[in-house]
This record gives sequence, C-alpha cells and structure tokens, in this order.
Amino acid sequence: MNLQLITLELLVGALGLLVLLADLFLPARNKAPLGYAAAAGLLVVLAWSFAGFGAGADYAFGGMYVLDPLALFFKRFFLVAAFLVLLISIEFSDRLSAGHGEYYSITLFALLGMLFAASANHFALLFVSLELITVSFYVLVGFQRTRLLSLEAGVKYLIIGALSTGFTVFGIALVFGTTGSMEFPAVMKAAGSLVENRMLQIGTLFVLVGLGFKIAAVPVQIWAPDVYQGAPTPTTAWLAIGSKAAGFVLLLRVLFSAMPDLTVHWANLLIWISAATILYGNLCAIPQRNIKRLLGYSSIAHAGYLLMGISALSAEGQSAVLYYLSGYLFTVLAAFAVICVVLRHVDGDDVSAFAGLSQRSPLLAAGMAFSMVSLAGIPPLAGFTGKFLLIKAVLAEGEANTGYYCLAFTAIAGVVMSIYYYFGVVRAIYTSENTADTGAIGISIPTRGLLLLCMVGILLIGVYPQPLLEAAQAAVAGLAR
Amino acid sequence: MSILTHILGWPLIAAIALAFIPRGNRPLIRAVALLATAASAVLAGIMFVKFGAAAMNEDGYRFVQQAAWAPSLGISYHVGVDGINVALVLMGAIVAFAAACVSWEIKEREKEFYILLMVMTGGILGAFASLDLFFFYFFHELALVPTFLMIALWGRGEQRTYATFQITLYLSIGALIALIGLVALYLQAGAGTFDIPALTRHLAENRLSEGSQAFIFPMLLFGFGILVSLWPFHSWAPLGYGSAPSATAMLHAGVLKKFGLYGLIRVAVPMMPDGARDWAWVIAALCLGNLVYCGWVAMRQKDFNWLIGYSSVAHMGFAFLGIATLGLVGITGAVLVMVAHGFLAAVAFGLNGYVYHHTGTLQLDQLGGLWRKLPFIGTAMLMAAFAGCGLPGFANFAGEMTVLFGAWNTFKTITVFACWGALIIGAVYMLRAVRSILHGPLSEKWKDLPDAPGYWRKLPYALLLGCLILFGCFPRLLTDKITPSVAAALQAASLIPAEPVPQNAPMRIPQRERVTNLHPGNSAGSDRLASAINKP
Repeated sequence: MNLQLITLELLVGALGLLVLLADLFLPARNKAPLGYAAAAGLLVVLAWSFAGFGAGADYAFGGMYVLDPLALFFKRFFLVAAFLVLLISIEFSDRLSAGHGEYYSITLFALLGMLFAASANHFALLFVSLELITVSFYVLVGFQRTRLLSLEAGVKYLIIGALSTGFTVFGIALVFGTTGSMEFPAVMKAAGSLVENRMLQIGTLFVLVGLGFKIAAVPVQIWAPDVYQGAPTPTTAWLAIGSKAAGFVLLLRVLFSAMPDLTVHWANLLIWISAATILYGNLCAIPQRNIKRLLGYSSIAHAGYLLMGISALSAEGQSAVLYYLSGYLFTVLAAFAVICVVLRHVDGDDVSAFAGLSQRSPLLAAGMAFSMVSLAGIPPLAGFTGKFLLIKAVLAEGEANTGYYCLAFTAIAGVVMSIYYYFGVVRAIYTSENTADTGAIGISIPTRGLLLLCMVGILLIGVYPQPLLEAAQAAVAGLAR
Repeated sequence: MSILTHILGWPLIAAIALAFIPRGNRPLIRAVALLATAASAVLAGIMFVKFGAAAMNEDGYRFVQQAAWAPSLGISYHVGVDGINVALVLMGAIVAFAAACVSWEIKEREKEFYILLMVMTGGILGAFASLDLFFFYFFHELALVPTFLMIALWGRGEQRTYATFQITLYLSIGALIALIGLVALYLQAGAGTFDIPALTRHLAENRLSEGSQAFIFPMLLFGFGILVSLWPFHSWAPLGYGSAPSATAMLHAGVLKKFGLYGLIRVAVPMMPDGARDWAWVIAALCLGNLVYCGWVAMRQKDFNWLIGYSSVAHMGFAFLGIATLGLVGITGAVLVMVAHGFLAAVAFGLNGYVYHHTGTLQLDQLGGLWRKLPFIGTAMLMAAFAGCGLPGFANFAGEMTVLFGAWNTFKTITVFACWGALIIGAVYMLRAVRSILHGPLSEKWKDLPDAPGYWRKLPYALLLGCLILFGCFPRLLTDKITPSVAAALQAASLIPAEPVPQNAPMRIPQRERVTNLHPGNSAGSDRLASAINKP
C-alpha cells in the first residue's frame, strides 16, 4: 500500500475534519475566517499537487486506486473549483441561519469524494466515491431548512439520487457477475469477448444511468432544474461544476478503461443520448424566466455538448471534454458568484432582477456578460474554443458514421437556441428601462478577486489554448479508444 | 511585426484602454476611439500605397506575419494581404474611422458603445487580414457579437428587440453552418493545418473528392450566403439595419457583410473548384433574386432606411454574379463591387443616420425639400444615390460593369436581367428617394434643421465619397492589384486555363512584369501567360 499517493485526499479529509473541529471554538457571530482558512488550505493542497507526483501511473490499494495524469488533471480541477466555491459560500454565508462550519466542511467532504472519483480504477471505489459525493450533496442541497424551496429540492435530489444509486449498485453486481471482477483492467479483459452478452450490457447500462444522473444527461436529467433552483446558490455552483465533472471523469474511466469494446459497440447510443440531451436542455431553457432554473436547463445542454466529445470515441474527443470542462469551470462559477451577490439585493431570482445591473455594478455586469457569452460559445471566450474542439472531434469521425454529422448539426441548432436565451440575460443586464432600484451594489474584495480571476480564466482559455490543450492531451493519453 | 498587426491591433488595444477610462470623460473616450481608428486607416493607406513595392512570399502574399498559436491543432496567427484583400482592409479601416466619427449621436453609455465599436473594428480588420481559417472565423465572430449588442442596446425604432433577436439568430445560423463547412474542409483536406496558403497549395495537388466537395461547398455557400444576405436568406438585413445605430449599420453593411463574399473567393472557390462549378448556376440564379426581386421590393419602400437596406441587399447580387462566373473578369469585378459597395453603404447609412437623428423619422412621405436646409448633407446624399445607380465616375460603376462583362459569356440570360436590375430598378428607387427627401415643399417641421456644422462633421461623408470617386475614376488602382491575385488563385484551382484570353475586359490587363512576378520559379509558363494576356 502506498499512502503517499493519496496525500491530496488525506490532506483534504483532514482539512474537513479540522474545519468541523474549529467550528466549535469560534464565536457564532463570525465564521468567515473559517471559510477563508479552508480556502487557503485548499490552495496549499493545490500547490502540493504540483510538487510531488510523477508523470506515470501509480497504483495503490491493490490496483483499486490509480494516480495517472488523468486523475491528477481532475484533482487539480476539483481543487480549483472547490476553492472558488468556498469563496462563493463565504459570500453567501450570511443567508444561512446556522451551521456555517458544517457547510464548509461538507463541501470539503464532497471534494474528497471527487478526488477519489478521479482515481477510481475499481467499481467499488467508483461506488464509494459516488456515494460520498451524493450524500454530501443531499445535505448541501437541503441546507436552508427554513426555506421551502430548498427543502423541496433536497427531497427531490434525495429520491432521484437514491434511485440512481440503486441502479448503479445493481449494474455493478451484474457486471461483476458476468466478468468476475470489479477492477477496470480485469473487467476490460473479460468484457472483450462478452460484448453481445445481455447481462453485461444491462449491467453497464445501469451503471451509466447512475453516472448520467450525476452529469444530468437524458433520460435522468429531470432533477436538475428543480434542484438548481431550490438549492442554496453555492451548492448549485458546486453541483454544476464539481458533481458534473466527477460524473465525466467516472464516465471516461468506465467507458474507456473498463468497457472499451462495449463502448465502440454503443457509439450510436452515445450519439443519441448526446443529441437528445442537447435538444432537451436548450429547448426547455428557452421559456425560463428564473435565472437559476435557466442555468439548470443550460447545464443539461452543456452535459450534452460534453457527451459529444465522449461519443466521438477518440483521443481528440476526450481531450476536448477536458478542455471544455476547464472553460466551463470558470464560466459557471462566474455566473453563480454574480447571482449570489445580486440575489442579496433584489427580490426573487427572475431574470428581470438583473435589469440595469450594468449601472448598479459594472464588474458584476461584466462578469455575468462574460459568462453568458462564453456559455453561448462566442469568441474570444472559453466556450467558443471548447465547442470548436468538440465539434471538430465529432466531425473527424463523420467519415465512418454519418450519425456524427447529424450530431454536429444538432449541436449547432442547440447553440443557436442557446444564443437566444443567453442574450436575453445580457440584454436585461444592460437595459434599465423598468428597473425599480438602481442603487449601487457593493462587492467584497474576495468576491471581486474571484470574479476577476474567473474572467481572466474565461478569456485566457478562449484565446490561448495551447498550454491547457497540451495538458488535456497528456491527461487522456492513457485511456483506451 | 507586420503592419497588418498594427492595423488590426490598435482598435483592440483601444478597446482595452477604454475599459479603464472613467465613464464621465466623454472627450477622452471619443478621442481614444477616433485616434485608434484613424491610426488604422492611415496605416492601411500606407500599406495600400506601398503594396506594389513590398516583398511578396511564394504564395503571393505581402506584409506577412506568422506566429504559432496552437501547433497541435495546426492553428497559427497568420496575417497577410494579396490583391484581393488589400483593398478590403483599406476600405474597412476607412469605414471604421468614419463610423467612429459619426458616433457623436450616441449620448448614453458611450464607454460601452465605443468599446464594442473598437472590438468590432478589430474583428473586421482581423477577419480580412487573416490567412488562417480558424482566425478568419474567430475574428468574424468577434466582430459579429458587438453588432448584436449594439443593436440591442443603442438600436432605434419600436421593433428593435425583435430585430436584435432576428439578426442574432439568423446570422448565428449562417456563421455556424460556415464553421461546420470550414472544419469539414480542414478534416477532409487531411493536411492537418488551418493555414489558408498551405491548404490551398495542398488542395491544388491533392484535389478533394467530388463527393466531399459536393457536400462541403454548399455548406460554405449557404453559410456565407446567409451572412451576405443572399436571396432568399436576406430578410434579416433591412430590419436589422433599420434598427441599428448608424455606426453599426455602416460597419456591418459596409464591411463585415463582405466577409461571406471574401470567404467564397478566398476559401470556397479556390479550394473546391469542382463544387464551385456544380453550384455556379445556383449562385447565378439566386443572385437574380437579389438584383431584381430585392430591387423591386426596394422600390415599394416607404421608409428610407428600409430602402437603403433593401438596396444594399440588391447590390450584393452583383458580387454573387461575379463569383458565379468563376472567371478572372467576373471575380475581379466582384471584388471591385465589394470595395465600392463598402464605401457606398457606409455613406448611405451614415447620412440617413444624420437625418434620422435630427428629424426622428425616415418616412419618405414626411420628409421633403430638405436640400434647402441641408446643402452639404443633401449633396452628399445625391452623390450617394448616383453612385448607387451605377453612374460612371463612381467606383460602383467600374465594379458593376466589370461583373456584367465577365458574366456575359457564362450566363447570357441572367446578365440581361441583371442589367435591368442594375440600371432601371436601381435608378428608379434611388431617384424616387432623392425626389421625396431632397426636393418638393419643405415641411414646417423641418424649418430649423441644422446642416453638418464644421469640418469634423463633414469629414466622414466627404472621406467616403472621395474614396468612391477616387476608385471610380482610377479603378486601375484596384484592378492592377486584384487581377493577378485572382488569376493566380483561379489558375491554381485549374478554374481558368493557364493562358486566359479575356475578351471583354474593360480594364487594361496587368503588365508583363507584374504577372511574371507571380511565379518566379516558373518563368516559362508565366511568360506565355503574360504574352497571351497582352495580345492586342
């Protein structure tokens, strides 16, 4: 056993427990230092991740846990995301009646699950990490116990989450039953000759249902809008980026490390799911007026775009997924940070609440506009370069299977629809015809920094893709295809 | 660093600088925007003048700069001009300066307006200067999005929300179809590069299969066609321009829209000659929709803005007709039309923006007799109208005639109808507009209309009209540059034989040494070409 490999997980776990302990000794009035301390701790862990790890693949716990470039890429991704989410949580904390320390530490425990998920090389670790993430989110979603919407969202997330967990466990059992192993390399060896085996197919399908729930792909996407709307804003942000990325890293592992033959066999299924997810997300987002609900549907649509990269079954597609997720990280967190600040000053979370934001706070307006324009996939921002890579990956496979051309055109249709609703938000921000309140909105310095950081990230990933692209390509080099 | 990088860089730097200027400081904001666009325009002028003397690389491009950007994807920042885009860059820079000049009418949220205007300018100039497919598209989108936002936020008229969404969705669809076509072209070529000269060379040697050309060419044709308002995909244009602030309409109708035509000439036709041959008659047939149908619709307009919008759609028909000939003369004419129409559309939208700003209406039946109150603006308007009719002496005449001469051999019937569209219909609606706006009794309401005061306000209109007259009287300034480049591109694609003998060319065919320069390595062939061209 090689404990050195799981240093990052140990550090984050210890940090979570420390926060929980320190909570006891801090005055109830002011818990913000706790959040800042946790965020600073994450920065240290992030720095550590650049220090002591080799470029090869190392295994621990009898091959259950793998530390390869893909795992490391996602670990850093999750650490950056968690750091930014903690900053948003601090901004939000005055709206939580109690339990600030718990909120931070449960966020850290969800992060712990994600870190393990990035390294899963075994169905048991996949399940455990998935559960650690999901159970943490049950708590985070329903955290505002006095708010009916939050409770409703918590219950919905619990029911659908439990159902999908059931599917996952059942699927894992079936896979184990047919292949005789839960370790990905062993499953891959055994599954090669079992592609036509019904039990294996159903088992894998059930596992995919569980992962589809995490990324909010059709047909298990129903929960997303309700939960996004009801959950506290930092939780929504954490769900939108952390939980989704964890789903994608597990999907990459299962499809390309454990079941590569079956994946090739199912290329058309993946194309259909991807196209349906893109269309569902975008079509349903068009009439939305509630900003968080709109982002819920838009997150379904983005899951669909990301699935394009997976369905391309190529290194190019896989690296495009990683690239797109990285851009999505800054984009989504910028949006939720703005929402978090603005909702303190306005009633309701309707899009019209953002009217005249450009006069109330140019920085918030710019952050939201950056985010929306990037989500719509317009140059020079991250969303454009990411979508460009995804579409390029899909078209590259078009020669072999015309379905890919259809998928590319579906994506284009989705992008055009999305321009409509994202621009609706941008328009609201910069017009002030029917604004009731035009008082300036003050922003705390950390939130200011967070927004600037996100904007720089969005712009940099959009205009200078080379370093990140190289990192993404190196990360997926070990995956089968 | 190439002069082109300066030309497209100054507006973008100005956009960033503007973000840090306090919003109350109106003179400084305007000064920065004017200076940046003026710098671009002057540099573009210098580049245009020095074009003949500048060193040329083996692909025929001058002022080239290339820097790696994403090597693993085969994308590089690569700018350069040949005869086809040198005039377009010049035209774009001058129109951008004029657009910045007329933006004094913007009174609210100026800082944001000028930032968007600068981004749009940088994007436009970048799109025309780029020699890399990725940046070519990237810069175009960079210019397109500010267009949408400017219409949404500073637009005019009751329908502006509808207009914003219509133009946004319509043009996004066009751009995205073109994007798929460009990516498919890159993948099918298999050269692993987005570099336009490299791709052109590669495809000249390894022709794409007919099947690939048959599906990629229409994607580019219709994708670009939507962007240029090819009939029947033109309906976004009149409403969009009618609702846009003048600077935006000037830049979009004048310059940005030409991106689609430029894409056809630079990318689609040379790289996919078989597809182009198969689809040429479709382009020619559809261009009649622009020339005749949209011209007809323009005749019935009651609003001057809509009339100009439709007429700008109609004029695009000439460019399409020129491209459809796939011949040296036709495509040279198409480029001339693009340049000429850029100045014309800009001056027309600038002038009607002036009138609208002071009268609040552009309904033809409410205006009248304005020439008495607006001697300068009225004269400029009259000149623009004449240029629009294709009066000799204006650049439009040179372009339209060249196109019609070029098209006669290939599409006789269509050329006949196109002449009607150009000469009769165009004259009818332009002169009708002149009559109802400038002549007739002056309404009491407009008694106190001010004419453009001072040289500053007159400058943009005078500059644009001056360019129209300059290139109208000396079209050789353009054709001497355009023809060799078009000839090289068409010969590389084997669309014209190595010894073309254009019979009807109205302009003098380029001189011997200029053509010889094209292929320094292959002097025997080019000597033959030059002697064939210069045969009496």
